Amino acid sequence: MTGPTTTVAAPPERTPGGRSARSLVDLVFRARELSLVIALVLLVGMTGAVNPNFLSGQGIEDILLNTAILALLAVGQSVVVITRNLDLSVGSVVGLVAFVTADVLAGGWGLVPGVVFGVAVGAACGLLNGLLVSFCRVPALVVTLGTLYVIQGVDHYIAHGRQINAVDLPPALLSLGNGAVLGVPYLPLITLVFMLLIGYYLRSYPSGREFYAIGSSPEAARLAGVPVRRRILTAYLVSGCLAGLAGVLWLARFGTVIGDSANGWELIVISAVVVGGVAITGGVGSVYGAALGALLLTTIGSALVVLRVNPFWQQAITGALLLLAISVDRVLAMRVARLLRNRSRHG
Amino acid sequence: MTPMRLTAVATLLVLGVAACGGTTRSSVTAAPQEAPASSAAASANPDAPLKEGIKLAFLPKQINNPYEVIVDKAGIEAAEEFKGEAKEVGPSDASASSQISYINTLTQQGHDAILIAANDANAVCGPLQQARAKGVKIVSYDSDAAPQCRDLFINQASSEEVGRSQVQLLAEMIDHKGEIAILSATANATNQNTWIEFMKEELAKPEYKDMKLVKVAYGDDDDQKSFTETQGLLQAYPDLKGIISPTTVGVSAAARYISGSKYKGKVVLTGLGTPNQMRQYVKDKTVEKFALWNPKDLGYLASYAAAALVSGQITGAEGETFKAGKLGERTIGENGEVILGPPFTFDASNIDQFDF
Repeated sequence: MTGPTTTVAAPPERTPGGRSARSLVDLVFRARELSLVIALVLLVGMTGAVNPNFLSGQGIEDILLNTAILALLAVGQSVVVITRNLDLSVGSVVGLVAFVTADVLAGGWGLVPGVVFGVAVGAACGLLNGLLVSFCRVPALVVTLGTLYVIQGVDHYIAHGRQINAVDLPPALLSLGNGAVLGVPYLPLITLVFMLLIGYYLRSYPSGREFYAIGSSPEAARLAGVPVRRRILTAYLVSGCLAGLAGVLWLARFGTVIGDSANGWELIVISAVVVGGVAITGGVGSVYGAALGALLLTTIGSALVVLRVNPFWQQAITGALLLLAISVDRVLAMRVARLLRNRSRHG
Repeated sequence: MTPMRLTAVATLLVLGVAACGGTTRSSVTAAPQEAPASSAAASANPDAPLKEGIKLAFLPKQINNPYEVIVDKAGIEAAEEFKGEAKEVGPSDASASSQISYINTLTQQGHDAILIAANDANAVCGPLQQARAKGVKIVSYDSDAAPQCRDLFINQASSEEVGRSQVQLLAEMIDHKGEIAILSATANATNQNTWIEFMKEELAKPEYKDMKLVKVAYGDDDDQKSFTETQGLLQAYPDLKGIISPTTVGVSAAARYISGSKYKGKVVLTGLGTPNQMRQYVKDKTVEKFALWNPKDLGYLASYAAAALVSGQITGAEGETFKAGKLGERTIGENGEVILGPPFTFDASNIDQFDF
């Protein structure tokens, strides 16, 4: 998964220690993704040993399908979190988009205009968040908490207790939800494409690196001539568009939609992002990690059901993982800072 | 009782309570003692005509719940038949605390009756008692409030009948043989648990000796959770023959999952769902049969029952009867319950006759 990114085009960060320090930093952060993969392999292996059905074609397809929407949202969220901001409104955006898209599709729109409409609604929400955060300088937490409720209210107003059912939706949309190409379901493929595109951009383009620079130190980034506001606006726009797309995929997957779909999902998304190694204080992490975090959380949920464990443990384990992830981040950050200091002193 | 006198009584009561130097607690306890006195004064007169201009308010569990909206709309339409006024108000979250402020407001606005689907049987009790003390009639529907806090409960179907008929429906489709599972809503939903108890009782009968209930799973009435739980059931119990999901969210999520998986045609799914929600899955043959009462009739009956209470035709005592428009005469049963009727089974042959 991290394959394409190893060919980094230009050295984006000019750390004093030069190449060796950079590869060290790379290694440390690659280690996070590696440890997630190891945790996943262990989890899947153990569950599969107890119940081989977990590793059957259908079992793997189920996990990928369950992860797709969460991972897509985690990718969008991590772009925002990397700039030291937060988007709490994603759950509401997914709910709103799922409903209004269902509404227009049930009203006779084609699949492509419907998808474009859904993404556009998501983009509008992202734009609103972005403008308030970047140009009006209101803290992201407050802005997106506000839009969380506003967007939810709009959703409830439009839905007004209605329900849109599978039978009202075009068959093309429904087959997008559970169809597959060469045995791989569409939903995870869509997520994969967006993850790779955004991951490549953030890692390999100078403007992509600026997102990290802003997250590491907004003031320094501004002094270095980084267009801070524009980048933050872009981050929210990306998050909004992906939340819009996730709303459409939600509809495709579940086929039935009411006024409060994805209610409360913002916290699951942020958990996935943090477990995936994106520091909540910004500047660190990758969209691949975030997607892996989403995959891990979803797999734990499915594994516990298959292992017939009390569902109570699912939330407890998610919480423990979050605490672990944050502690590891803290320790790693201190280690890296010390190493970098030493290297620059000696050579 | 005229509105003037009602207000007077209410004012007196409030004054009386205030004079006692009452805290909120004492006003709650003081109220019920007065309430029966005022309602006893208007004893049941089955021949009394339905009053015109009765003001009803529907307070659903949650304003976004499509099922409750269907019920309430039908109730509002029924009110037009007897020239009453009805409206629907309610919280956007299904919590008892948010219902309480609605109960208080509706009482102050001088409604003749409040029809409530309680989010918590006991938490809404105090405010309902205060409303009754002011002469407001309380009818619960869908989900009951504690019996001492309401005049009537319109029960969609007897819990026993729902539970047993679900097992009968599934047994018929799997020839009374094989492992089965239940996909419920939340682990502490009262109606779900009562139905599940009756399902277990029904399964204990000798004719179901070859059927085994292996698991009760909880999808929390959440699409994603219901999906995951359905997948888990099918993976953890490879010999599963049938699933009963007595909740509208659960049954449609399970149907959606099965329709796109290898289990389609191998596992029988049934439960309680609305025809619109399930139409797609009946047509693509994922689901053969499912059941539900008619939610429109529930709202209609509740509306007429409230009007009969307000008009003094009934007081809520067992054995009293009233006429519920097109549904005919209904009798009040034990605990002030009026039962709508047995659940109705939907299948490919009749589903297109329904639109809700």
